[in-house]
Amino acid sequence: MSDHKIRLTVDGGPVSKTVEARKTLGDFLREDCGRTGVHLGCEHGVCGACTVIVDGKAVRSCLMLAVQADGTEVTTAQGLAAKDGTLHPVQQAMADEHALQCGFCTPGVVMTMAALTADGARPTEADLKAAMSGHLCRCTGYQGIMRAARKLAGVNQ
Amino acid sequence: MKAAPFDYVVPDSVEAALDHLARGAGDAIVLAGGQTLMPLLALRMATPSVVVDINRIPALSGISRADGGVRVGAVTRQATILTDPTVAAHAPTLAQAVRNVGHHQTRNRGTVGGSTSLGEPAAELPATALALEAMIEARSVRGVRQIAAGDFYTGPYSTVLEPDELVTAIHYPDLPPGTVTLVHEVARRPGDFALTGFVGAFTLDAGVFTRVRIAWLAMGPTPLRSPKAEAALVGQTLGQVDLAEIGRLAASETDPMDDGHASADYRRTAGARVFRRAVSQALEAR
Repeated sequence: MSDHKIRLTVDGGPVSKTVEARKTLGDFLREDCGRTGVHLGCEHGVCGACTVIVDGKAVRSCLMLAVQADGTEVTTAQGLAAKDGTLHPVQQAMADEHALQCGFCTPGVVMTMAALTADGARPTEADLKAAMSGHLCRCTGYQGIMRAARKLAGVNQ
Repeated sequence: MKAAPFDYVVPDSVEAALDHLARGAGDAIVLAGGQTLMPLLALRMATPSVVVDINRIPALSGISRADGGVRVGAVTRQATILTDPTVAAHAPTLAQAVRNVGHHQTRNRGTVGGSTSLGEPAAELPATALALEAMIEARSVRGVRQIAAGDFYTGPYSTVLEPDELVTAIHYPDLPPGTVTLVHEVARRPGDFALTGFVGAFTLDAGVFTRVRIAWLAMGPTPLRSPKAEAALVGQTLGQVDLAEIGRLAASETDPMDDGHASADYRRTAGARVFRRAVSQALEAR
């Protein structure tokens, strides 16, 4: 019932809004910030589609309240590509490897990979595979996703 | 799939949080990592009037050496356990367990205190607390108390915690030298709830078992120790003991249930087998 004023950074830009306490970060990003690239699948933490990066960590945005994001830096899939449209390396790897079919799970998958490869980090293929267990792809297109992951891990194919 | 309305408070000290819980009179709920509470709110299985967010209380996070063990603040993220040098040196079992808790994305938010105090019977951290004989520190406006993990769990999602109490830290005592620990579980996919599993701590002196702790997960309404199997192993010599028999004895001391994921028979049979296999592998590799 309580409303809360929050200030945060979304995809590099400042956001200041009043939110209802019960609103999830995922709903807030979609409804109040225009980030419909955040896909809410199950809305209770199972599918991973809604994954975003909060202060450098990949988290499920349906399992966090918007009010908890006060003061944080949030990145969604819409904040990854450069201003001129150049794809982020994760997006490029996903495109190169045809790692999406319907595309619903894709933003979450991309954000987990982006968090794990941020700042030049080179996760192992095993790390990426383990992290991908937190995502469900109902097209079952996991092989393409794992090819993109291997490319990002620098594994020759 | 939207939570019912509630009030939200975000205290900046333990004392302020305890005041909220005392005033909430059982209708206030603690929000730590939220990886279980948020689904319960979304499904409206939980409809509290007040949510007390303890994420902005610095005193509740952190890992330190204390009283011959490792003290882990309740709001310490599960992901932190995986990279913490103090845990690696003095409580590696905790890291072994956390590797099986949820997924990368949920471990970034999920907390040690949250998972330990929730009392999900199939969860890894309650069984780990039992096997390591951890002490759970709980505070309320009425004071502080230390609760042995063995006395803490009373049923599925049920513990001895009073509605106004907050788990503030968990203390994992050091294990004796020469102790091999392992966490092993059977799950359909990584991150799924375990169908059966156990946390074991085996202390050996010149090849003879001197101290054994076995705690099962997903094998009863709470995590469960196997006191008969523990006692049967003490005094036995590695290489001569029949671990298959010990595994069957240990699994027979549990109280698993039939559900859509596995039958009680499956859980006992699989539990006994993975016990034998995992324990012999771990002890041979030591």
